[in-house]
Amino acid sequence: MPLDQYNNLGSLVEPDRVHKACYADEQVFEKELENIFYKSWIYIGHESQVPNAGDYWTTWVGKERMILCRGENGDVNVLYNRCPHRGALICNNLNGNAPKAFRCPYHAWQFNMDGSLRNVPMKQGYEGVIDLTDPQLQMKRAERQETYRGFVFASLSEEGPSLEEWLGQGAKAAFDDICNRSPEGECEVVVNCFRIIQHSNWKIFLENQLDAVHPSITHHSTGDAAADMQRVYKEKTGDEPPMGYQFLADFTLPYEKWDSLDTIGHPYGHTLLAGYMGLRPRDPVTIAHEESLTAVHGEKRMDEILSTNVHHVLVYPCLSVQPPLQQLRAVRPLAANKTLTEIWHFRLKGAPEGIYDRSLAYYYHVNSPSTMVNADDLNNFRACQDGLTLEGGGDWVSFHRNYGQDPVENGITTSVTGMSKQPMRNMFAAWKEYMSA
Amino acid sequence: MSNDTTTRSSTSTLQDVEQFLYRQADILDERRWEEWLGLFTDDGIYWMPASADQETGEGQPNIFWEDHYLMDMRIRRVEHPYAHSQKAGHRTSHVVSNVMIESESDDEIVATSRFHMVEYRLDEQRYFGGKYTHRFARMDAGLKIKLQRVDLANVEGPFEYVMQIWL
Repeated sequence: MPLDQYNNLGSLVEPDRVHKACYADEQVFEKELENIFYKSWIYIGHESQVPNAGDYWTTWVGKERMILCRGENGDVNVLYNRCPHRGALICNNLNGNAPKAFRCPYHAWQFNMDGSLRNVPMKQGYEGVIDLTDPQLQMKRAERQETYRGFVFASLSEEGPSLEEWLGQGAKAAFDDICNRSPEGECEVVVNCFRIIQHSNWKIFLENQLDAVHPSITHHSTGDAAADMQRVYKEKTGDEPPMGYQFLADFTLPYEKWDSLDTIGHPYGHTLLAGYMGLRPRDPVTIAHEESLTAVHGEKRMDEILSTNVHHVLVYPCLSVQPPLQQLRAVRPLAANKTLTEIWHFRLKGAPEGIYDRSLAYYYHVNSPSTMVNADDLNNFRACQDGLTLEGGGDWVSFHRNYGQDPVENGITTSVTGMSKQPMRNMFAAWKEYMSA
Repeated sequence: MSNDTTTRSSTSTLQDVEQFLYRQADILDERRWEEWLGLFTDDGIYWMPASADQETGEGQPNIFWEDHYLMDMRIRRVEHPYAHSQKAGHRTSHVVSNVMIESESDDEIVATSRFHMVEYRLDEQRYFGGKYTHRFARMDAGLKIKLQRVDLANVEGPFEYVMQIWL
């Protein structure tokens, strides 16, 4: 259906339902890139991904290909991955180290890590023709770049709110909650990126992250198998099973439990789901972690930090963060029906190794390419996308559950129940605002 | 010919290992899960590293790092009546080749081989290839796997969908 058949893009979104074109229409997708992904702040990577001068990682902002790199002066930069000479990609690998300078593989133009031109072979051919100090001949930097607690964001728009203003209290909580759990107040990325393609629209993933109705249905088989194995493990070894089994068994919590959770909608579409996993058992690892925080902050502050109980924070439109397990999934939309997720986890500086082991277990069971959890989600996402692409059979997607019942205070919505479709409505309210601008 | 490992190891060792690998491939392709678990020692591990140069799986991100219990859980999960994503007529076909004995002692054999695997699911076929490194225990009952390392050619991904069964 051509885009001009919709009166305006805002008409695709009603308060309690949205039109399938939001997910399936390539022209709507192009408009999303323009109005959302090229205007808002997008997560690029963590400073610790590039610890040394010359280190780089490549990633995406919409269809733009970007480089995160560190210069000899220690500065972290975000550049467009494009040679100003003939337009070739400068970094063709996912990551690496460029000793001293980026060197274009085509004609060996060399660039410093801030994008400035360092050298061009056989310069005399340009003498009196062009000025090699012209900024046009530099690798272009992202229009804006800001960092919050080590997490680097870029915006491809010269204008707009600052990163902190845009994140607001809601989304800052994602990074504060990770970093505060470290006795040193900092985290460090584990340099491993799992990349998984979803054959579905980027919004389907974000919506699913805060959909508290689906886990005990979608993940029924995995939750049951994990609960079985907890019993078997105990019988055979006499020991408590590793926490990884509990992470999976938790997916089959009864409906009532999911319904009792809060979801909270913040401005700009940032949305969070309260935690449900018992991540503060009385085991030696947790106690050692508490002690390490108490030594720095005192007991009251330690308790405040570890009582923060958030399962997912969605930083709309680019991130799903799980602070208490120190992991995140970055959302890279490639087409209306194709989304790349880049999945990372972090160490808490100064925290006991056992806390990292928990993060690693979750990273393995939920986020690795052998996950028995996302396997079911990806299957659902694809089924949704395929269904939404059909011409017939209906045009709308329902977000009616608890519509009109979620209390709002100072622009922040708290869901009346965990299963309320508040998160979807909150994200689409932001979507409509971006798309109507 | 100091690199010719096949002449240093006995022909019967090579034959035993080859037959084991062919049988393992067959068990996977025919989804004979109880037999699968029986291929491993009680403390055997199936390991697919997350990067080509990884030296150990312990305490590090991996694509697979599964002991007997985790493998058992995976079997229970794929056979569960509500495993809706596994109902898609999932089928695989493995070919194992280039088998070489790396080292051999009275109680242990280390062997490397190459595999190709096609997987059919939801009207689509995916293709995987890579290297197996098997560390076998020689037991009265024959060979058992102490550690199977699987190095995927496309270890960095990106992965279209995920892997639900061992490769």
